[in-house]
Amino acid sequence: MAISFDKAFGMHQQALLIRDRRAQVLSENIANADTPGYKAKELDFQQALNNAQSRQARPVSRTHEGHFHISTEVRQEVKFRNPDQPDTGDGNSVDMHRERNAMMQNAIEYQTSLQFLNSRISGLKKAITGTGQ
Amino acid sequence: MSLFKVFDIAGSGMTAQSVRMNTTASNIANANSVSSSIDQVYKGRHPVFAAELSEAKRQQDAGSGVKVLGIVESEAPPVVEYAPNHPLADENGYVYKPNVNIMEEMANMISASRSYETNVQTADAAKQMLMRTLRLGQSS
Repeated sequence: MAISFDKAFGMHQQALLIRDRRAQVLSENIANADTPGYKAKELDFQQALNNAQSRQARPVSRTHEGHFHISTEVRQEVKFRNPDQPDTGDGNSVDMHRERNAMMQNAIEYQTSLQFLNSRISGLKKAITGTGQ
Repeated sequence: MSLFKVFDIAGSGMTAQSVRMNTTASNIANANSVSSSIDQVYKGRHPVFAAELSEAKRQQDAGSGVKVLGIVESEAPPVVEYAPNHPLADENGYVYKPNVNIMEEMANMISASRSYETNVQTADAAKQMLMRTLRLGQSS
């Protein structure tokens, strides 16, 4: 029986990467909080996870230079957020409080994923060494 | 890792907000600089922010930070005051004061400083997340 890291880590590795990207999207919103005409963006976690899992199931690899490069890295999971209030006058739809809370929540969720990965790794270590170290 | 880009994005936000803070400081410092002609009087300066679109086009996943397109001078008319005893008064006895509204500038300053703080916190959160990731698998 071989140890499969993909199976051992499950969806947590993808969840970690998606939260990592969500941190980027949220930081864009915060940096552009005073930019006229900027629309707040948000990452659709469900769709991003589905995309990541389907990518993992059917990896597209190029074995010849003449093959077309089929990019699966489309940013379709990043969408514009529905603003809570009507236009404030400059066309900017960033709600700073919402973004800050989302950032905090995202950081905690990221650490949760890390915690899960950590426990999987220590489980694997225990299986390999047999000493529980 | 997109987290490394968070530093760039938050950094661009901090740069933009510090430019805004700079213009505000300049406006407040020159709020009382009178002049004897309408052309030479100080005009309020304001930065124009824009999202970095070129960066976003080049790389699909690149984040759009913020950049300062330029600094524009306010078009509001300067304040004209009749003060014939003022040493800088023109031949009709008028002095010209800048079109800077101190209250507006104070509000601008607070807003810029809060936005700067939030960008710092964003970078800090990204740093903590990365540090935890570096320690992944080390604690058993």
